[in-house]
Amino acid sequence: MLAQQLVNGVLLGATYALFALGFTLMFGVLRVINLTYGFYFSAGALVALWLARSLGWPVWAALPAAAVASGVLAVVLDWVLLTRLRRIQAPELSSLMVTLGGVLALYSALTSWLGPDIRRLPPEAISAEAFQVGDIRITAAQLLILAATAVLVGGLLLLMRGTRLGLAIRAMAEKPDAAQLMGINTGQAAALVSFISGCLAGAGGVLIGLNFNAIHPYMGEQMMLRGFVVIIVGGLGDIRGALLAGLALGVIEVLTAGFVSSSLKEAVAFLILVAVLWTRPSGLFGRAVMRRA
Amino acid sequence: MPPWLDDFLWTYQNLVHALGINGLLALSMYVVLAVGQLSLGQAAFMGLGAYSSALMTLKLKLPFLLVLPLSAVVPVAFALAIGVPTLRLSGVYLAIATIGLGEVLRAVYLNVDLFGGALGLSGIPERGEAWMIYGLLALAVLALWLVGRSGIGRAMEAMREDETAAQVMGVPVGRYKMGALLASAVLAGLAGCLSAHVSSFIGPNEYGFEPAVTILSYVLLGGIGTPLAPVLGAWVLTLLPELLRGFSDIRLVLNGVIIVLAVLFLPGGLLGMRMKRRAA
Repeated sequence: MLAQQLVNGVLLGATYALFALGFTLMFGVLRVINLTYGFYFSAGALVALWLARSLGWPVWAALPAAAVASGVLAVVLDWVLLTRLRRIQAPELSSLMVTLGGVLALYSALTSWLGPDIRRLPPEAISAEAFQVGDIRITAAQLLILAATAVLVGGLLLLMRGTRLGLAIRAMAEKPDAAQLMGINTGQAAALVSFISGCLAGAGGVLIGLNFNAIHPYMGEQMMLRGFVVIIVGGLGDIRGALLAGLALGVIEVLTAGFVSSSLKEAVAFLILVAVLWTRPSGLFGRAVMRRA
Repeated sequence: MPPWLDDFLWTYQNLVHALGINGLLALSMYVVLAVGQLSLGQAAFMGLGAYSSALMTLKLKLPFLLVLPLSAVVPVAFALAIGVPTLRLSGVYLAIATIGLGEVLRAVYLNVDLFGGALGLSGIPERGEAWMIYGLLALAVLALWLVGRSGIGRAMEAMREDETAAQVMGVPVGRYKMGALLASAVLAGLAGCLSAHVSSFIGPNEYGFEPAVTILSYVLLGGIGTPLAPVLGAWVLTLLPELLRGFSDIRLVLNGVIIVLAVLFLPGGLLGMRMKRRAA
């Protein structure tokens, strides 16, 4: 029982980590808390649902297509909402408010177009096969979640640590002006970061939709709370922190639902958030708080 | 009261109440934005006021004149729990924590039996009166106007423009931020109590993300030059869907677009005038 719960928790946490990774990357490099981020999550899941339902694609094929679509959407929205504010170097709260307004408009438009109902993936999109290892039961969907997360996280780490492009992105996160003076095309790198973040969010949406088999327009909004908790506990902009905090949150949520009460599950994330803000506001792995005036 | 006025008020009762309550909510957002902070907890504070007051009326059978002031207690307690750790940090943290508060409270209302689950609480006696709503609104505008004209108002404006500089000039930045957040919680709590006691029903989905952003759009439309501006912003955005029936489906889309346009092109709001203040 405990072992099964742990496996479920790690799987859920892996998806949380994937979602938070894009969020924290976006903040770390572009220095914007972009609230439209949750929308890419919903968009990814809905695109995958459409591909699976209308075109009969299997989930493993719909996943990358939905991720790319969300990535493109992220680049477009970032350009529409934030270009002007970046040019006039507006304070961070302005960009927060602009993305807030944007996301309200997007969600309401999507809901009035598609309706608020919960949709499900067609059963033929993913095989219902399950594998038994000792006491632990793992479904094919869960294996796909694990494999997809591993590939995406591995790819991201490789890109960030192993390529010149990753070096350029890290340099931008450190100091945008200096990076530009060193000949880095910051506009292009920013668009790439938006694209990667959008892909990660979209993939996360497909995987969560697969995990719970429930897809609806507002699912991204409900995910944002987890995203916030993970990036604050892991430290804003910290990739390793987001990974560990995401996994931990998934495990804690599943264990709370399993052994304490399932109604507490929703509150756990927030309690962790407030506790961390009181005790270690720079995150568990963060350096001392730096105040930017 | 002449019969035509009585008729008019009866027909448009809900609208009259909504205008006053949304005005209070706009003020509750205004006080926080006036010190350069962004809190998205107004809807959550309103929900706390609504649920706590409804329970006081339904379960404890307290008289309304006692319930109304007490409805500010729970929101203030939550504002303290969130404000103390976040107000020391950059403004982003307060925004994040208050968005989180709204989401988690919705889940709590849905899952705890005391709060009636998805059905919410119904049968709340309609003890709120229009004169109470507008009396409080007038009081709040007056009080905020007086504060705004005083030295505190000058300090608040300085904080909004440049927090570090204000701090260097000796403005007790932390205390003012906390004060603003608490005032905001009180106003939103009272608005919640009044709205619960004029509509007789409250549900978990009335205090989530959408109302929180809608309240922000009132203030961004009106601007934060004077306390009257956000109230007018709230009235415009409350009346607009009533006047243009066709728009009521896309009301929220419109609110979102207004926020985007206001931040990008109208940083001072529609009524971007500044308060007159004597030179110090």
